[in-house]
Amino acid sequence: MSEMKLNGADALILSLEKAGIRVMFGLPGGPAIPLFDALYRLRKHMRFVLARHEQGATHMADGYARATGQPAAVMVTSGPGATNTVTGIMTAYMDSVPLVVITGQSARNMLGKDAFQETDVFNLTMPIVKHSYLVRRADDIPRIVKEAVHIATSGRPGPVLIDIPKDVAVEACTADLDAEMYLPGYHPEAKAYSADTLRRMAEALAGSRRPVILAGHGAVLAHAEEEVKELAETVRSPVTATLLGKGVFPESHPLSLGMPGMHGTAYANRALVGCDLVISVGARMDDRILGDPRQFCRNAVKIHIDVDGAEFGKFVRADISCQGDAKAVLRDLLPLVKKGDTSAWLQEMDRNKKKWPMTYPKQGGLRPPRIIDVLNRLTGGRAVMTTDVGQHQMWAAQFFHCDKPWHFITSGGGGTMGFGLPSAIGAQIGRPGETVVAVVGDGGFQMTMAELATVGVQKLPIKIILMNNHYLGMVRQWQDMFYDARYSGVDLEGNPDFVELAGAYGIYAQNLRRPADIEKVLKKALAHPGPALINAEVIKHEEVYPMVPAGRPLEDMILEHPRRRPGRPAKKAPLAAACRREGEKAT
Amino acid sequence: MKNPLPTHNLSVYVANQPGALARIAQTFSRRGFNIESLVVSPGKTEDFSRMTITVKGAEDSLAQVIQQCSKLVDVIACREHTDEEVVSRELALVKLAVMAEQRAEVLQIADHFHAKTVDLAEGAMVLEATGSSPKLDAMVGLLRKFTIVELVRTGKVIVARGERET
Repeated sequence: MSEMKLNGADALILSLEKAGIRVMFGLPGGPAIPLFDALYRLRKHMRFVLARHEQGATHMADGYARATGQPAAVMVTSGPGATNTVTGIMTAYMDSVPLVVITGQSARNMLGKDAFQETDVFNLTMPIVKHSYLVRRADDIPRIVKEAVHIATSGRPGPVLIDIPKDVAVEACTADLDAEMYLPGYHPEAKAYSADTLRRMAEALAGSRRPVILAGHGAVLAHAEEEVKELAETVRSPVTATLLGKGVFPESHPLSLGMPGMHGTAYANRALVGCDLVISVGARMDDRILGDPRQFCRNAVKIHIDVDGAEFGKFVRADISCQGDAKAVLRDLLPLVKKGDTSAWLQEMDRNKKKWPMTYPKQGGLRPPRIIDVLNRLTGGRAVMTTDVGQHQMWAAQFFHCDKPWHFITSGGGGTMGFGLPSAIGAQIGRPGETVVAVVGDGGFQMTMAELATVGVQKLPIKIILMNNHYLGMVRQWQDMFYDARYSGVDLEGNPDFVELAGAYGIYAQNLRRPADIEKVLKKALAHPGPALINAEVIKHEEVYPMVPAGRPLEDMILEHPRRRPGRPAKKAPLAAACRREGEKAT
Repeated sequence: MKNPLPTHNLSVYVANQPGALARIAQTFSRRGFNIESLVVSPGKTEDFSRMTITVKGAEDSLAQVIQQCSKLVDVIACREHTDEEVVSRELALVKLAVMAEQRAEVLQIADHFHAKTVDLAEGAMVLEATGSSPKLDAMVGLLRKFTIVELVRTGKVIVARGERET
């Protein structure tokens, strides 16, 4: 080995392998050719997956990480290759997903001179990365790769970008591949909470008669599902898990309230309105959960546990903030927690579940929630589900029930359309033996559907359920509710025949048009050994409820649509009218 | 504006890495903090830099933005200091268009503020003054009755009093 002369690109590939990276997604281009050449010569354990678009590559790596907890690498070229990763990097950043993105770059003497395909991706991505590097010397590469993987995966995970100029890639690298990290300002392992904080949390819990546990992605990332369950059962507290926290507490558990927030269950939101204590475990209390931040849990003691100290006080000022890994904090807290006296509160929860059950109309055509419901039954909730963004995403969250974390993969903070299919590719590669279902809408699917080729080439048995309402449905729903049904820019006329399209990629596909066929068609797709696409021609006017209009307190949730004829503004709906005024202010 | 936003003294100790300044500036600007002055200088060793930043922005979100700045990988520490907790200095160079008959009065003002004449020509002179920012504000205010051709200030640098860390 010591005889072998390495260049920067060689050091990159060997360092990635050494850091345990097992999959790389990407697409080459001019300045990245030396990097891909090293990949060709030196790759040993790392699988390479060629994407059709760099956005797809980043979402694939994202889906892989969310399905396995392990980071994947993305390798692309400079200029447009690099800028095409921006949406994927943002998506990973918003949802705390580890990603190592390597971009080729023009040679050092070209930087800042608008050379061909030269773009300052280092500065361009600065607000959406956890950290980034512009490599100036090949000898720095082993250290930088080691640091990048460490930063991406430790503390609050996130994307790290490494930009490598072409001449650095071909420059000799004489540095030891066992490089020392140098990160004097980065200490994610430091314990930032005190015994006093733990004692105060335990006292608050002991004094609570109406507690709620709000469990988020941080609890998933920390593998704290056992601790969350023990806390809930000891305190006898109901648990509401966020969109990204889905499954961290079993949804079949009697204490589960499902998802809170804008399209959460009525009983979860009622619990947040009426609680006397809320303990957030790895949830960042974003605007989709809070409704009106000033009125969120306004009569409750608020406890906020987060690994990222910068999350405290963004929207909600907690009474007790505890900076630490969710699992570590709960492990330290649990011995201090006493059995709670919450019987009356739990009875209220049960009454609310009966009063406002999660349901959908059973009549009137092919309805997306029903498809999800049947899918949930057929898979026993055990499939790994990825979604795109929009109405179908919310129905998937509402009606697909997970009893385990790491089974529901969706773009929460970013709200990135186009995420569903490529993230399913990453998830299926990460978990080859499991059923992976991508639930997508016709809007988002068309943003990244070129990756059908990747599905075919990689022989991935992904099941794609396309909820095709020929609309950008969520926007249309808002236009219905808040903009007097002025449907501006939402009609997806000109959709292709998706069955023919899938066929062109050699993928089994079938239309689904009648409610009576749901089970038969889904069963056939699930049993199909290869990839399958179901084009479900769902009714055009189906809306997601409950809904809390943006910026309004959670008690103002709308449970069902005011009666109206499709396509006409709602009449006699004072709440909707009020929402319309509010909706114009909020986003 | 009835309530002008308060000014805050921040001291940021950072690993001397490319891009560190841009990351820190972005963090403050994104949250609506306006950077009034920014001084970057070498730290104790060449591996570190010291930034003294004066920002204007809302009191209630400052602690949260300091946390956001602190979590940047290159940032060792980011702290706010009140005026009372620190020794604070700034240097100003003031170029005045002054003819011989006005010179005596200018020098009288300069003397009061312990400013030095560092350049003198037929129709112009340059004063150098050091002190707290309000002291420099006062001197510049008095000099405005003459013709100030150019005014260059370094921005505030601070160091914590006593044994506390800056």
